[in-house]
Amino acid sequence: MTTLADPPKEQFKLSMLINDTRYRSLTFQALAAIALALMFWYLGNNLIQNLRAAGLNISFDFLGEAAGYDINQTLIEYDSQSSHLRAAIVGALNTLLVAFLACITATVFGVVAGVLRLSNNWLVSKLMAFYVEIFRNVPVLIWIIIIFTIMTAVLPGPRAFRGDDAEASMLFNAVAFTNRGVYIPLPWFSRGIFDSAALNWLLVLIVLGGSWFASRKIGQWASKVQEKEGVRPKTLWFTLGVWIAPFAVLMLIMGLSWQMPELKGFNFQGGIKLGGPLIALWFALSIYTGAFIAENVRAGIQAVSKGQTEAASALGLRPRRVMNLVVLPQALRVIIPPLISQYLNITKNSSLAIAVGYADITATLGGITLNQTGRAIECVMLLMLFYLTVSLLISMGMNIYNASVKLKER
Amino acid sequence: MADPKNPIAFVADGTIPPSPPPANQTGPVKWAKDNLFSTPLNSLLTLAALFCIYAILSGSLPWILNGLWTTSSLAECREILQGTTGACFSVLTERWHQLIYGFQYPADAYWRPNIAFLLLLIAIAPVLFFDLPRKLLIFTAIYPFLAYWLIWGGTIMVPIIAFLGCAGGGFVFQKFGKSNFAAGFFGGIIAAFAVWIIGGALVPETANDNAMLTAVPSRDLGGFMLNMMLGVTCVSLSLPLGIALALGRQSNMPLIKWICVIFIEFVRGVPLITLLFVASVMLSFFFPPESTVDLFLRVVIMITMFSAAYIAEVIRGGLAALPKGQYEAADSLGLDYPQAMRLIILPQALKISIPGIVNVAVGLFKDTTLVSVISMFDLVGMIRGPILASTDWNGVYWELLGFAALLFFVVCYGISQYSQWLERRLATDHR
Repeated sequence: MTTLADPPKEQFKLSMLINDTRYRSLTFQALAAIALALMFWYLGNNLIQNLRAAGLNISFDFLGEAAGYDINQTLIEYDSQSSHLRAAIVGALNTLLVAFLACITATVFGVVAGVLRLSNNWLVSKLMAFYVEIFRNVPVLIWIIIIFTIMTAVLPGPRAFRGDDAEASMLFNAVAFTNRGVYIPLPWFSRGIFDSAALNWLLVLIVLGGSWFASRKIGQWASKVQEKEGVRPKTLWFTLGVWIAPFAVLMLIMGLSWQMPELKGFNFQGGIKLGGPLIALWFALSIYTGAFIAENVRAGIQAVSKGQTEAASALGLRPRRVMNLVVLPQALRVIIPPLISQYLNITKNSSLAIAVGYADITATLGGITLNQTGRAIECVMLLMLFYLTVSLLISMGMNIYNASVKLKER
Repeated sequence: MADPKNPIAFVADGTIPPSPPPANQTGPVKWAKDNLFSTPLNSLLTLAALFCIYAILSGSLPWILNGLWTTSSLAECREILQGTTGACFSVLTERWHQLIYGFQYPADAYWRPNIAFLLLLIAIAPVLFFDLPRKLLIFTAIYPFLAYWLIWGGTIMVPIIAFLGCAGGGFVFQKFGKSNFAAGFFGGIIAAFAVWIIGGALVPETANDNAMLTAVPSRDLGGFMLNMMLGVTCVSLSLPLGIALALGRQSNMPLIKWICVIFIEFVRGVPLITLLFVASVMLSFFFPPESTVDLFLRVVIMITMFSAAYIAEVIRGGLAALPKGQYEAADSLGLDYPQAMRLIILPQALKISIPGIVNVAVGLFKDTTLVSVISMFDLVGMIRGPILASTDWNGVYWELLGFAALLFFVVCYGISQYSQWLERRLATDHR
């Protein structure tokens, strides 16, 4: 009879740290942790020594000091006596402004070009392919510089608008294209309900929001009637009325009027000035990113299998409804994620503003403030923090949206 | 045949030969009708497109065809043109060397980057076209050191020692890596560092003074050469780093996974310009006090980190796209992790990721122009700085910027065409 002996008592050997799968991952993680700690210690140590040698320390006090420089395009009040922090905020708002504007126009360019590229018109689809390839394969910095150069070299100076038979004339007497920027009329309220312009505009927004809410309610009511009686009541006039009437009444009460840009002295005064750098950056970013969005749109539409279109046609739907009800909802699911990463790219590429002198946050905080105060580490850190926050917010929004349109599968 | 008794009846005894289609159903007319004028809307679009083409061509063709190539300044161009439209391409011929090599690279050494560029084509060929004999890869391995020596000059000992260190590390890895991956990997790194440290001590301080090729400092590099160098170096360095980051992000070791996730998300969340700011104003604070790491190296470090994060995400997509069965098959064969990755998973994942990697490479190459923002004189920096600021050429924007755009277009379009060829070549799914 054989006896069952206990398995030999396992002895821990050093080689088991690498060869035994139970310990191996722990070994590697411990090694990684040690390497990471060593690296941070080394970098931190160098940083401390270098700062001591340069007689510097990390401090954010400079943010409160007067900036001492002017910014040509600001959304909030700012003058050269404002603090560096305020200059940074002005820059951050300018970044968000140009990113927001460029996102909208890039989407328009991209969708138009992407759809036209699939057109059965040979000439048009080739022309769009040409547009996409040209803009995708040349650095955006070059496009920004080219467009900025066109603006400053081709458009007339403010002086050309002077005189009885001026060389240049304003569009509809309201819009002036000059090499310093584009001047458009500024809407303002002569009998505003509140004293502050911002509050008046907020009121306009609230009224528009109410109209939107009401028009949605009308749509829901129409659907309900349609379910019950089988015929959808005509809601067009109701909807239009709900949108237009309150808005028009509000405008009449508050006395909407337009402040026209006028040539005074050496330059235009009044109205809204869209500076040349802003327009160059806006246009270049939108036309460049538009080429990428066009490819996303094309891929998204092509990703919807042809059988879907055919099945929809077989049901007797008209081409327009096939597009709206069958193809687009499925294509959007493919288009939206890359579209939003293009929005991220626009936001990040707007930092190229520094090349044309648009005062975004890279130019104020990372440019002039950094050079004036010499606080390289603090400025670059804050700059990164700003972009990181914006990027994370955008991608968080994207994830929420993605989850909501995702195919609900088991 | 007609029956003589009944002349009315007629029976055809053969088929009538097919007639040619009507004239408007063949040839260019039919093509134009189908492709250009199928509906009223389409006709309108065609006319609009034709107008666009006409506007572009009528604006640019006289300008290009009337261009001057041999004058020595813009004023001379204007004199010859006498107010007619015409480009002044002379700036390109006149400043050709500056556009390509920057304005400080010694003129008698232009042959060195030229040869380095030609050798690059040879070195990169076996990587790009894998039908070529594998023996050529030996030259590819030597090339980086050779190119460094050609472009920067100085004593030949530095690249030789660097090469010996890498070769020693590779040798140790070959020797031990077969049986134990970890031992080979770490042993290789230790061997390489040993060679570098010992070799570094052997090179005398004054070795550069009477070297065969005069040493050129990094700040003298410029022009399109700088774009090419940054692009090639950073893409080739970021590929292995990106693979490592992607594998780390897929790893089931939490610490390593989180290091990779944080690194990737951080780098992808900030614009390249801020990273270049880090390179130009901040990174030197993190190096030992007495060391001076030159700007080129700092920029290479930051751009490599930047593109590695993007490549890692692309490869992660490729890894995720592989069916789970591939991983299970590798496990069932008894392969360990490095073997499974090297032999089964990565080849397939990389094949799936080719379009994405090429996108990143093209984007990176375009982004090398951003170094002009931190006052390095690459192609765009040269154009915006010394050339447009000179009194001779103040005002020739179109020719210079158009030339830069064309140069980048040719390279980037070439890369994307190559990647499409590669995808077709690697397609093994017989669709």
